[in-house]
Amino acid sequence: MRWMWIDRIVTFEPETRLVAIKNVSLAEEHLHDHFPADAHREALPIMPAPLMIEGMAQTAGILVGSVNRFREKVILAKIVNATFDAEIGPGETIEYDATLERIDANGASTAGTVRRLRLPATEWETIGRVDLMFSHIDQNMAGLAFPDENFVFSDNFRTILRAAGLEDLAET
Amino acid sequence: MPDTAAMSRDEIFSNVQSVLEEALGADEDEITLDASLTGDLEAESIDFLDIVFRLEKTFSTPDKPFKISQGELFPENLMENPEWVKDGQFTEAGMTMLRERMPHVDFSEFEKNPEVNKVAEAITVKSLVDFIERKLNQ
Repeated sequence: MRWMWIDRIVTFEPETRLVAIKNVSLAEEHLHDHFPADAHREALPIMPAPLMIEGMAQTAGILVGSVNRFREKVILAKIVNATFDAEIGPGETIEYDATLERIDANGASTAGTVRRLRLPATEWETIGRVDLMFSHIDQNMAGLAFPDENFVFSDNFRTILRAAGLEDLAET
Repeated sequence: MPDTAAMSRDEIFSNVQSVLEEALGADEDEITLDASLTGDLEAESIDFLDIVFRLEKTFSTPDKPFKISQGELFPENLMENPEWVKDGQFTEAGMTMLRERMPHVDFSEFEKNPEVNKVAEAITVKSLVDFIERKLNQ
């Protein structure tokens, strides 16, 4: 599960919206490297923004893939927009809320809101937006061929789907 | 919501400019009618899909959806017929097919050296404006 940047799907509205959460832990090694202490300052563990984009890509990618029962290979093709207004540290929960804007045979576009859970009030605060484009790569304009096996939606994704009770979405 | 059927050519151009600014991150002054999408504005293939989605959103009204079919605005499946392409270049039959499928594109420069890989360079901002103007008036 090394490259899973979401922990759990919490809301699924077919062909419309998917929401997932990610719990940030000090045990995750990337927080030790981002950023370690040096001669001038103490350690500053913050969740890297590119990994939050990946978290949104996985959230939105599952939403896009679910439309065709995960038969298409859905590849992140373009980060249309990504803005973050706050830094996220260990012990925080991030919510990725993705909505499907448009999908056709070639690909899809999604709009996304990133939130953090404010404690102890347990309120969600918006901290960013990530809008993405996905390509259905077997339909690429260049006519390139890819392996038959769906390497995008691997067993890791099935684990996430199963935990949310959504395993029926995927063809076996 | 604007009445898209009554849009002037200047209004269409201005909307196309906004779409390209957002989709390609291009500056307004770069987006002239003569600018080539791939050559001057550095569009890549996924940007074509982004542009199609944005044009549909921009020019749709509640009464009249603006739907662009696959291959209608940008060329696709150009290799499906072996008579269209020979040695990486479009044949006369291939050029005829292009002109029929894509009347919004001016191929007069391109046909001097019709390399298949460079066909996207023939698509300019003016091609998009012409395409939309024609489609809105259908």
